[in-house]
Amino acid sequence: MRTIDELITDSPTFAGLEPAQLEFIAGCGRNEHVEAGTMLMRVADPADRFWLIRRGIIVLELYLPGREPLVIETLEPGDVVGWSWLFPPYRWALDGRAHGSCHLITFDGVCLRQKCEADHDLGFALMTRFANDLVGRLQATRLQLADVYGNVPAPG
Amino acid sequence: MGTFQPRVEPLNSSAMVPASFEVVEKHQDTADVWTLELVATSGEPFEFEPGQFTMLAAGGAGEVPISISGDPDKPERLVHTVKAVGLATAAICAAEPGQALSVRGPFGRRWPVDQLDGADVMIVAGGIGLPPLRPAILRLLARREQYGRLLLLYSGRSPDELLFTDELEEWSQRGVEVMVTVDAASAEWDGHVGVVTRLVRHARLEPAALVAMTCGPELMMRFLVAALSAQGIRADRVYVSMERNMQCGIGRCGHCQLGPTLVCRDGPVYRWPEVSPWVAIREL
Repeated sequence: MRTIDELITDSPTFAGLEPAQLEFIAGCGRNEHVEAGTMLMRVADPADRFWLIRRGIIVLELYLPGREPLVIETLEPGDVVGWSWLFPPYRWALDGRAHGSCHLITFDGVCLRQKCEADHDLGFALMTRFANDLVGRLQATRLQLADVYGNVPAPG
Repeated sequence: MGTFQPRVEPLNSSAMVPASFEVVEKHQDTADVWTLELVATSGEPFEFEPGQFTMLAAGGAGEVPISISGDPDKPERLVHTVKAVGLATAAICAAEPGQALSVRGPFGRRWPVDQLDGADVMIVAGGIGLPPLRPAILRLLARREQYGRLLLLYSGRSPDELLFTDELEEWSQRGVEVMVTVDAASAEWDGHVGVVTRLVRHARLEPAALVAMTCGPELMMRFLVAALSAQGIRADRVYVSMERNMQCGIGRCGHCQLGPTLVCRDGPVYRWPEVSPWVAIREL
């Protein structure tokens, strides 16, 4: 059976970290299985953790009053779910729901923040990786926002 | 690589003079996309290569470049999948079986499907960019044993706007790794949500073995090349199908100029480095 520090190297986010760093990070994580429909996070609830998907799909949704929830993005195995634990006020900005049963590694965000404070090398390595993920998501969101498949009238 | 060499080929009569084709079959794919199957009034087959297009017209509504979406190994029918976005395309989509359309072509440089033996081939289609890739997919499947992995990453605006959904399932059963995503969906949608570039990260690609062919909105293709580069895939292993204001189809009028190239004649299929210096220049 693979340990958490071995499992997290399957994710592009954590690949390439030093073994000692992986072990340090893994100390804040635990395996978790959730059933279909489980809400991992709800808008405005305290954000004190994040997840790495090992198996299954997590759906990020935006609740719109009077409308069906809008699916913003689906996240796949290898993806990290949740960034709000990193920044004040540590509250979720989206809803996150398990689509089907999921195997996750759940990380204690408070624990990891404290470790990053104590070990700036670890903190820099992690923040660089998280920033890379965030930039990727931002670029994807920009493309999504461009609505490139919509009908656009010709200029002029 | 990257230095463009224009082609100069003699013209033939089909390039200059429209031929009459009859609509023999038509079906609606989505709210504004129709597939029309045409047969030449002369009865002759219409030979073409994957990636080529014709100049197509219905009545006096004007000629437009439309990629061929049919099977290149079944030239007895010319198949076009058309999105009604303007006067000319709306007239084509409104054509009914028995009606005549005018056709010039085929034109343009093809997808390099015959040069990819042993390669992993990834097709990336966005929206109405899937029909121009369909002939390539069919040709790849007809010679499936010649290639490594075949992947199709397909993205649409919403589940209702996805094309060829029955075929996607069939292609999957025939050995294509099909990944579909949409930009937006309700909770009822069972598949991926997000842009097509996000799928690349999960495709577990082997950069040295991979060749990618993509067609879709230019912005999507630019983001795709960046996503592939992040996975270690060289730009010269990426083929794109470009779209510009093609009118004559034979490299004479110059309307579709893109840098030193004419898309109707030198494209629409290019290796990415052939066009990448020009695509982000607003004035072009």
